[in-house]
Amino acid sequence: MKLTLKIWRQSGPNDKGRMETYPIDGIEEDMSFLEMIDVLNLQLVREGKDPIAFDHDCREGICGMCSMFINGEAHGPGRGITTCQLHMRRFKDGDTIFIEPWRSGSFPVIKDLVVDRGAFDRIQAAGGFVSVNTNGNLVDGNALPIAKDHADTAFDAATCIGCGACVATCPNGSAMLFVAAKVSQLSLLPQGRPEAKQRALAMVEQMDKEGFGNCSNTGACEVECPKEISLEHIARMNREYMAAAMTKE
Amino acid sequence: MALTGLFLCLFLVVHLAGNLQLLDASPEGRLKFNAYAEFMTSFPLIKVVSYVLYFSILFHAFDGLLLALQNRRARPVRYVKEKPMANRTWYSGQMAVLGTLVLVFLVIHMKSFWYEMHWGGLPKDADGNKDLFTVVNAAFHQGWYVALYVGMMGVLAFHLMHGFQSAFQSLGLNHPRYTPLIKNVGILFAVMVPVLFAMIPVWMFYFNA
Repeated sequence: MKLTLKIWRQSGPNDKGRMETYPIDGIEEDMSFLEMIDVLNLQLVREGKDPIAFDHDCREGICGMCSMFINGEAHGPGRGITTCQLHMRRFKDGDTIFIEPWRSGSFPVIKDLVVDRGAFDRIQAAGGFVSVNTNGNLVDGNALPIAKDHADTAFDAATCIGCGACVATCPNGSAMLFVAAKVSQLSLLPQGRPEAKQRALAMVEQMDKEGFGNCSNTGACEVECPKEISLEHIARMNREYMAAAMTKE
Repeated sequence: MALTGLFLCLFLVVHLAGNLQLLDASPEGRLKFNAYAEFMTSFPLIKVVSYVLYFSILFHAFDGLLLALQNRRARPVRYVKEKPMANRTWYSGQMAVLGTLVLVFLVIHMKSFWYEMHWGGLPKDADGNKDLFTVVNAAFHQGWYVALYVGMMGVLAFHLMHGFQSAFQSLGLNHPRYTPLIKNVGILFAVMVPVLFAMIPVWMFYFNA
């Protein structure tokens, strides 16, 4: 497979950055997208050039590190997959592929395709947890009865890997799907209920502080999410938030 | 946005019901329409609701503008290549533009009828009510005005197509059983209401001498 890659190059946070073109040959259709970038980087290193910086870790779709905006879509074409699960068989010989970093004012570019997703960590730290007793008197988790449908929905929300594709793909740069997944996952379970109000208020407040855009319900996030997190979670967070905001003392 | 949006949807239904009376162009029909217009501008309870309506329009417009500006700021560097059609409808991403067009139309529309009714010094009809029917009839005999009206109803249709169901989602009303129903009702509403509105000037242009 012979391809033309147009990749965003930016030497650091303060560099303006630009698209650069790289021809590449000998790409197998069974390679993953990241393996294709590995081949390109090997080529660049051999030529004495700076290889392309990109985030990756598990390469099996569960870590949430890979984050490329490929041909105008977060994680490229295909649904329910991360960039590392995208295979070159999705492309044709002779294709031109555009590769850009996530674009959001809240995700500043560190280098090339690597962005700083610390904003997500700060939102999580604001309330995305359950305060547990660690003094040795722990209660067995299974001692609490949980309805199957609640457990299932909470699990669906918990599959969010925090990759940021929702923000990257939203025309408004909104982080609602991510925050909603984190709020939902805990609010559906009895362990999460005692802190549900503070959690919804604190996480939404931190989200706004980070400068993410507003949700206008286009549904683009749900389509591009590698874990197919549903918009239902956003509605649940809206309910949680409204109830908390109206009853807070 | 959701609450004012849904209130404006409700207003559209009431407004449409009133407008449909324009289709009866008989002398009695004209008098009835003028009496209705007089009632709508003078009855105290409706006056109170009309102030809520003015507030809703202004709030919906300003809040929408503010949100659109914040959204723009949230992505200072745009993508070189973006494929928005892959994951959303074109109109769901253009609500601010569609809304602005509706607002511009609203200003023209209110100048034509609302302003004239309140401060235009209209001649009186046989029953002593302001003769709004004649003003509307004259406006809807101008080809460009009818074309603008029909075009803008198309814009409104797309704004409602996303807005109606979006309002329920914003209010947290999403349920596997009811959301598909809300979406279908929204599409029906977004098509029927503008089509019926647009039908009136077209009818008057062709069939009312």
